[in-house]
Amino acid sequence: MIKNLRVKSSEYIDETNRISFKFNGKTYHGFKGDTLASALLANDVHLVGRSFKYHRPRGIMTSGSEEPNAIVQVNPGTNRTEPNVRATEVEIYEGLEASSQNCWPSVEFDIGGINNFLSPFFPAGFYYKTFMWPASFWEKYEFFIRHSAGLGKSPTSNDPDIYDHRNIHCDVLVVGAGISGILAAKNAAKNNFKTLLVDEKNELGGSTIFENNKFNKIDNKTPSEWLKKEIEELKNIKNLEIKTRTSVAAYHQYNYLLARENLTDHLEAKDKTNKIRQRLLKIRAKKVILATGALERPLIFNNNDRPGIMLSSAIKKYSEFYGVACGSKNVFFTNNDSAYESALSLYNKGINVEAIIDIREQSESKIVKKVKEAGIKVYWSHTIVDTAGYKRLNGISIMKLSNDGTSVTGSKISISCDCLGVAGGWTPAVHLYTQSGSKLKFDEEKQIFLPNQNTSQQISVGSCGGDFKIDEIIKNLNQKLKDNLNIKETDLDNIKVEIDQENSKRNIWLLPSDKPLGKTKPFVDYQNDATAKDIKLALREGFRSIEHVKRYTTTGMGTDQGKLGNMHALGIIADTAGVKMGELGTTTFRPPYTPLTFGTIVGRNVGKFFDIFRRTPINDWHVENKAEFENVGQWKRAWYYPINGETMHQAVQRESKAARESAGILDASTLGKIDIQGSDASEFLNRVYTNAWSKLAVGKCRYGLMLNEDGMVYDDGVTTRLGENHYIMTTTTGGAANVLGKLEDYLQTEWPELDVYLTSVTDHYATASLCGPNSKNILKKIIPDLDLSDENFPHMSFKEAHIGNIQCRIMRISFTGEHSYEINVQASYGKDLWEKCIEAGKEFNITPYGTETMHLLRAEKGFIIVGQDTDGTMTPIDLQMDWIVSKKKYDFIGKRSLYRSDTMREDRKQLVGLLTDDPNIVLEEGAQIVSELNQSPVEMLGHVTSSYFSPNLKKSIALAVVRGGKDMMGKKLFVPMENKNINVTVANPVFYDEKNERLNA
Amino acid sequence: MFLINCPYCGERDQQEFKAGGEAHIERPKQPTELSDDEWAEYLFMRKNIKGVQFERWNHAHGCRKWFNMVRDTSNDEIKAIYKMGEKPPA
Ligand SMILES: [Zn+2]
Repeated sequence: MIKNLRVKSSEYIDETNRISFKFNGKTYHGFKGDTLASALLANDVHLVGRSFKYHRPRGIMTSGSEEPNAIVQVNPGTNRTEPNVRATEVEIYEGLEASSQNCWPSVEFDIGGINNFLSPFFPAGFYYKTFMWPASFWEKYEFFIRHSAGLGKSPTSNDPDIYDHRNIHCDVLVVGAGISGILAAKNAAKNNFKTLLVDEKNELGGSTIFENNKFNKIDNKTPSEWLKKEIEELKNIKNLEIKTRTSVAAYHQYNYLLARENLTDHLEAKDKTNKIRQRLLKIRAKKVILATGALERPLIFNNNDRPGIMLSSAIKKYSEFYGVACGSKNVFFTNNDSAYESALSLYNKGINVEAIIDIREQSESKIVKKVKEAGIKVYWSHTIVDTAGYKRLNGISIMKLSNDGTSVTGSKISISCDCLGVAGGWTPAVHLYTQSGSKLKFDEEKQIFLPNQNTSQQISVGSCGGDFKIDEIIKNLNQKLKDNLNIKETDLDNIKVEIDQENSKRNIWLLPSDKPLGKTKPFVDYQNDATAKDIKLALREGFRSIEHVKRYTTTGMGTDQGKLGNMHALGIIADTAGVKMGELGTTTFRPPYTPLTFGTIVGRNVGKFFDIFRRTPINDWHVENKAEFENVGQWKRAWYYPINGETMHQAVQRESKAARESAGILDASTLGKIDIQGSDASEFLNRVYTNAWSKLAVGKCRYGLMLNEDGMVYDDGVTTRLGENHYIMTTTTGGAANVLGKLEDYLQTEWPELDVYLTSVTDHYATASLCGPNSKNILKKIIPDLDLSDENFPHMSFKEAHIGNIQCRIMRISFTGEHSYEINVQASYGKDLWEKCIEAGKEFNITPYGTETMHLLRAEKGFIIVGQDTDGTMTPIDLQMDWIVSKKKYDFIGKRSLYRSDTMREDRKQLVGLLTDDPNIVLEEGAQIVSELNQSPVEMLGHVTSSYFSPNLKKSIALAVVRGGKDMMGKKLFVPMENKNINVTVANPVFYDEKNERLNA
Repeated sequence: MFLINCPYCGERDQQEFKAGGEAHIERPKQPTELSDDEWAEYLFMRKNIKGVQFERWNHAHGCRKWFNMVRDTSNDEIKAIYKMGEKPPA
């Protein structure tokens, strides 16, 4: 029979709304308002997982996002499944399924549990030390580790949910809606600041909302009653937006924060459809008020990890907020007064509290007296030395603590219990604060890290700022609000607070046992199974930096980032190394504060919205004619046009032959086009290209090579002089944006005196490149009145013409070595122009060709493609393009670098042609080239950059970069491949029509 | 994510900008007169200091103008922004 531990009705639990859910395949019941954790506890289920390394049984430890143990897989086996979810944050709904993650085959019987008994062999750095050697065994180790570790499973089908992003600009962002956050938001909004209040929970009020301690009063009400009234008033305040279930994941510079708003995770499956599941809020706030509260610390003692051992404050929340008793025989273990509040809370509800173990010598506060009056036994100056119970705590052993707190004395007392609440004091939640770049200081008296200097417009209020008592909180909050928001009066001026709270605390980071440390298991990081002795071992082995100890022991490296144990790890290091905590510093808290789903991060940018893509104005024609496409930058370019089931190779061979034998047509619209105007345009081109431009006549075109200042080839293309002060520059398809950026940079910063204006016109024109011996005949048909004679319209010249009434720019330039024309029209006429060319070319078997054929044809001519035959380390000299480098010009970008000792070395890699001895073998692009086969190691001389089977030459051709290749003409080299060695001969890279006779054919 | 006050457009998100390295390194007027070492000094040597640094930034997805920024790299505080050609603040 399942025990029911529901103890009293709570206003946050709707007992009329009974909900069934499954955990590890078994059906349980809870109520609307429960989290998975509270519902399981109500069913007396503590055991929810196994630890990572030793596979020790682990139970629910907390009631919030800091939970290290209760990490579950939600809705396993469905396309909505999500791993690494904290059971303490999952709101239950009808039909919810969840399972434990880190156990195999089941949480009750776990094979990996054997690691627990082998634990002497699993010390700190175990994975580093053991699995490193021999390297070849790693695959086997990895299989074993992954199989038994089981860090959750990702879904295997598409996520059905919608995710969203939203930008928010506000005057004041308040993070955390506990008492401080609510009061801060209320007063900010009332003073006309546009305010946003966010909290990760579904209810406002933080821990004060269930604070029924009768000794604390605000305006004569309990803090809980008083705060409910304040929350009620928020509804009527303008300028205030409130978002619950919203967790701030990251706090970047300049008050830019990312938060995840959870909209449907608490709903039944049928209510989730067609709704936005999670929304990423990108918040830019003028001021940020952090009210993130504090996390209770555990205590570090032997076997402190058994199911049933929880934070004292969590036990209180389960009882007060969810109406659930976590155990029937409860004991508390504490170093401060907090545990007494929890004990009293249970006592008032009739839940049995056996005893309180307090490491302090005494406390005289009212609440301690009240606990004593209730007849609860308090053991002063005692510590727990061991705990018992495998899958559930069943008892503890305690002993008297020595005066200095380092050892135990006297005889052992055993106490039987099924739940232990641990209270080690409070750690301000400064994670977001430090993410923002602000610095912490260590408060030696309170033994906590506190916000120190703020670098952005922010304040930390309430317990995250180090104020733990309600009177301090309200007083300091009031002052900080007035200073930071520059306001004179607030609601808080006249609040009357009476409190009786003691802050006395005895801090011992690692509590002693009667056994030597080596024989105990005091866990510091529950999720990653790091113990105090692992940390001490790391120090003995010479690790000093906190960041190194963290990585070596894996402390704080789980999905919870060690929210519970990091302070103890620091404390133990400080104690052992004999340094002060403040000198040690902290590890870095990195975003996200709690894990984010990938869906939230990408938002709507999935599928076809993942990246922008660009299509040419002629694209529809390519699609209609069944082109295959390739991505070039963001462009979708026609790659080849297969007909009758051709392979790519067959299509490319056909297209290449047709272009040389009769006519081909290429969509060249993607080439970058920059319009250059101004009285200094010629001088500008002189400075950016390697060759001379001043003497280029109007109406002429010239090929230009652009270098980086380091002398390496950056881009190339043909530029045409349209008028006295007017040029049109073309760039490579992929380089267009960068070239424009680079030219603008020089114009604005180095040569502001030049009268030059640059405009990108890439998208304004569509370009059809007509090539082959019949290109002239085709153009003649389209524009009968244009004189196409070599005298009137020679190679490398430009004409403006009309096709019907469409104006066009025609350049007679060639990237294939054939007689060709590039016809440019306004983009919207692109498809029309293309269709006219196809129609006119029919009688000449005009063949559309794609980028692959273009690459092949230019390779036959030995023309380079920047980015394929160059890689940012090739000078024009390396490319054997000395002819394009002006000797006369005094300066151009990169000129000086061509005379550096390094760029003048003879043995640089240089561009050459390669011919395979067997003309049918096509080399692989990227293949390495060597001069010796029987030598080891052998020098890699270079690699193949372009390689094709040329249908026009009927043999394999390749371009390659080879060390000292310029002087190797005719030399035999080798391309060693996996199964064979290919014999090659260095050749002239111009394989076809070396004398350029076809340009005028 | 910085909030950058473009001198031509006003405050914009960092996403719109491109960083352009150290500021106030002038391209030599007569590169051919320089030794290899002097040219290398211009070409390669850039400071990357922890503290106050002078940088070039470009409003790449906005007005496309270049400008200068004084930034403390230790805390990312932007101390000043001024146009190209203007003198850095003292
Ligand atoms: Zn701008």
